[in-house]
Amino acid sequence: MKNIKAVFLKQLSDTLKNKTVLIQFLMFPVLVIIMENAIKLEDMPEHFFAKLFAVMFVGMAPLTCMSAIIAEEKEKNTLRVLMMSNVKPAEYLLGVGAYVFVMCAFGTAVFAAIGGYTGADLVLFIGVMSVGIILSELTGAVIGIFSRNQMTATSISVPVMMIFAFLPMLSMFNDTIKTAARVTYSQQLSELINGIGVSGITAESLIVISVNLALAVALFTLAYRRKGLE
Amino acid sequence: MRCAIKTEGITKAFGSKTVLDVIDLDIESGEVFGLIGPSGAGKTTLIKILTGQISQDSGKAHIGGKDSRKLTGEDHRHFGITMDNFGLYERLSCYDNLLTFARIHGLPKSSITDALAKVGLAEAAKTPAGKLSKGMTGRLKLARAFMTDPDILFLDEPTSGLDPVSAGEIHRIILSEKAKGKTVFLTTHTMTEAEKLCDHIALLNEGKIVEYGSPEEICRRYDHQRMLKIHLSDGKDMQLPHNKEAAAALSELIVSGRAETIHTTEPDLETVFMELTGKELSA
Repeated sequence: MKNIKAVFLKQLSDTLKNKTVLIQFLMFPVLVIIMENAIKLEDMPEHFFAKLFAVMFVGMAPLTCMSAIIAEEKEKNTLRVLMMSNVKPAEYLLGVGAYVFVMCAFGTAVFAAIGGYTGADLVLFIGVMSVGIILSELTGAVIGIFSRNQMTATSISVPVMMIFAFLPMLSMFNDTIKTAARVTYSQQLSELINGIGVSGITAESLIVISVNLALAVALFTLAYRRKGLE
Repeated sequence: MRCAIKTEGITKAFGSKTVLDVIDLDIESGEVFGLIGPSGAGKTTLIKILTGQISQDSGKAHIGGKDSRKLTGEDHRHFGITMDNFGLYERLSCYDNLLTFARIHGLPKSSITDALAKVGLAEAAKTPAGKLSKGMTGRLKLARAFMTDPDILFLDEPTSGLDPVSAGEIHRIILSEKAKGKTVFLTTHTMTEAEKLCDHIALLNEGKIVEYGSPEEICRRYDHQRMLKIHLSDGKDMQLPHNKEAAAALSELIVSGRAETIHTTEPDLETVFMELTGKELSA
């Protein structure tokens, strides 16, 4: 626990100095405040931008932050120093994962406030966002584990992030994309968020998200066993 | 004196290239030991084996009596390691860099200020590590290595690429650790550093130890001429054999005041290394 806390606090003190990571945490929460206040169109669903950006945030921020942080530690050989200081790989991953989760929780709070969620809807929104953050973190961790340096991590994480973050938006305009996107957790998160207070939780969403989660855990376990953190 | 580091027949190959070839070492507790060799001789590989970062192909290595392949995280508290490829958190201040490791090791915050003061970085505590000069970076890495007050320090070319003033600072720190009874395992390719700091050295060439002993012993061993070079007060130079037969003549020169300087013909370590390997150390 001591080592997880040390990694967590180390990341926390790096937050304001690490612009690459900071921008990921801030971009969509700031955008949603601006867009929700600046753009009011007829026929636009209520809190359209809050729902849209919440999904994009979940698909992008945890994934890119996890992969960037792990890859940077490998590239700069600070990870090796941590390992030589009795920090276990699992403790490191939990420390970074907890940090990314907490930072994304602040973003979630902004989306929840702007989205006007209260009561059971708020609990459901937080639950959906939390599952999404964990799924994206696992995916980002897999990329970080397989990447030797930040450049490799970016070249892998950008296309993966584009798929998860932007497919739900693109699927609004194209049914074929929507059909294909249904197997991704981010599309299902989008549908769950849009269904809060309307259609509730569907079995399809639960199944797809569960399968995605199982796949992410399996991929993470495989990556971790094959490559470790070295 | 108990043995702090002991290796028996350590051999390591990467692919078809043998990097370490039957390395036997006995390093006593409290001594500064220098592993000297040119780049690529296998120095860093040996440190990695000794500190459990990689495993040897054959042979045994014991650190503080423990098999290096079975070192636990707790054992690492007793070793301080600085290696060129051990990074720092460049965006974090010197203080915050050490704070992370103080938290990991469960040390009080006073240990951070103590460590920074020890390496002369107290005033740079708030400076981001990425903005330090190379010499200051080296000292911050040393501070991190010293934080747990380890019994054994592994320093991999700690002064490589530093200016003489920065190197001198690091020498001062190493000698102060030695004075406290710490064992220091140092790698370098600088002979003057080895002569200044080390109680014993091993010359490593292409994975083999080609000579071992104190710097003075080794130089004496390779003094093939065994002569004394004497500079006389009249400006002339003369040589006498370095034996008791020459004692009377030498005594006369000293008593008469004609001998201004007397030097032995012992080679320096650089020359010894060249004689043994046909290579220059700085190569």
